[in-house]
Amino acid sequence: MSDVRIEERLIHAIAGLLDGSGHIACGVLSPIPGAAAMLAAKRGGGRVSIIGSDLPAYRCDGGVELFDQAGQGRLDAFFLSGGQIDGRANINLHGVGAYPQMDVRWSGAFGSAYLYFLVPRVILFRLEHSRRVFPETVDFISAPGVSAPGVHRPGGPYALVTNLCVMRFDRDRARFRLESVHPGVTVEEVRDQTGFDFDTGETTPETETPPAADLALIRGEIAEAIANPYPKFARAVFGVGAAA
Amino acid sequence: MTAKTPFFDSPDDLARLVPDGASIAIAKEPSSPFALARALIRRGARNLHLVTVPTAGLIADLLIGAGAVRLVETSGVSLGEFGPAPRFASAVKSGAVEIRDATCPAVYAALQAGEKGQPFAPIRGVLGSDLLARRPDWRVIDNPFSDGEDPVVLLAPIRPDFALIHADRADRFGNVFVGGRHEFKTMAHAARQTLVTVEEIVDHDLREDEATAANLIGGLYVAGLAAAPGGARPAAAPGRYAADEAHVASYAKRARDEADFADYLAAEVFGRTPAAAAE
Repeated sequence: MSDVRIEERLIHAIAGLLDGSGHIACGVLSPIPGAAAMLAAKRGGGRVSIIGSDLPAYRCDGGVELFDQAGQGRLDAFFLSGGQIDGRANINLHGVGAYPQMDVRWSGAFGSAYLYFLVPRVILFRLEHSRRVFPETVDFISAPGVSAPGVHRPGGPYALVTNLCVMRFDRDRARFRLESVHPGVTVEEVRDQTGFDFDTGETTPETETPPAADLALIRGEIAEAIANPYPKFARAVFGVGAAA
Repeated sequence: MTAKTPFFDSPDDLARLVPDGASIAIAKEPSSPFALARALIRRGARNLHLVTVPTAGLIADLLIGAGAVRLVETSGVSLGEFGPAPRFASAVKSGAVEIRDATCPAVYAALQAGEKGQPFAPIRGVLGSDLLARRPDWRVIDNPFSDGEDPVVLLAPIRPDFALIHADRADRFGNVFVGGRHEFKTMAHAARQTLVTVEEIVDHDLREDEATAANLIGGLYVAGLAAAPGGARPAAAPGRYAADEAHVASYAKRARDEADFADYLAAEVFGRTPAAAAE
């Protein structure tokens, strides 16, 4: 399967990390996690809520209720990203430089400072794997990767998926461990592009290629569903318009 | 409280009710009150305290770029798939607006405290973030119901001077149908006054049908109401029209440059444009 797109490989890889989740939610982030959530739910029978989707199967009260669900433990997996993510899984969604008049100002925390504490499996996702994005320490902690003992924190970082690799996060050690590299990527390249230290095993496997059945799902039903609310992405990657 | 809902002819009439310096709450897209925001800019509104519920896109960028906002209280301002919000980023960086950063559930919880008339709202999470460090108005206490250590964050209630809402329809009693947008109700209940534009004003009583009655902002809360068909454009109004993606894409580009942004304002807000060329 040489014609597998990176987006499709990532959708499949993330779906694998989500297996066993009963309820996955996806915010106003990238459509790739959204598509992965749909794939995982189709395989495992879970539910998906996509903030901003008008499709009956995925729509949710993206307002108060989704956060209430997280607070009660009714949400098993969620996705976050960051302008910067460091080796302790701290994420920065605010900007670079001294707060508040930062040199570069980004959008803001969205729901991260809450969901990162309460959702058991938070998958960090970023398509640019570089030292710029993955510094040793973030400039601003929008949401911390780990918390002091005594802080109520059933949730937190579970994995990191980028255009180069998949990493898993060990909450007790507050460290990432390289899980797999995408075809054509070496462990050295990941080290070169990462500003923080992380663990590796003796050997690092290649990120799996999606099997034909998953690819067919991704390119068909899921591409169409993800066009609402991500029409631009669905057109660009799959050449698909929104479902009527 | 007066029982009569004031009906107005246009969003510009509503915008005159909002004094400079007022705090205004606006919900994220879709159904953002764009006609009302453009009217505020035409009125020359200044020093507004903008509360986004809980985030906002083009509408916040537009109000900030036009110089109407002094303080923005938000969990995020972004054009979504169309990239960052250029006027917002520039204004925060230069100090032209003061930023009060929040996180989405904190905005909802604080509005709910406002809605209920409660003195504060406790919220999980947030601890250990720089976000908390930069919000001296947020306090940390130990959960009084816990046996062990359990720090929680307390938020002051949010009670905006005005909730600005665009909805699908209202009736002649001032009841406003919000469908599934339950946070519109939260905003209206928490705000001191609510100003509403709608696609359509219907003649029958929306309280007669259970399906609509369950999803109304009661006329009690509504201080001003005007019909403004297309009033959410370029955002979508679900069931009526889709988002104008070409417009948003063009905005994202033009707002990066101050002169281009000024041209955009002249054309799209003040209507001072030469006839728009066919695109």
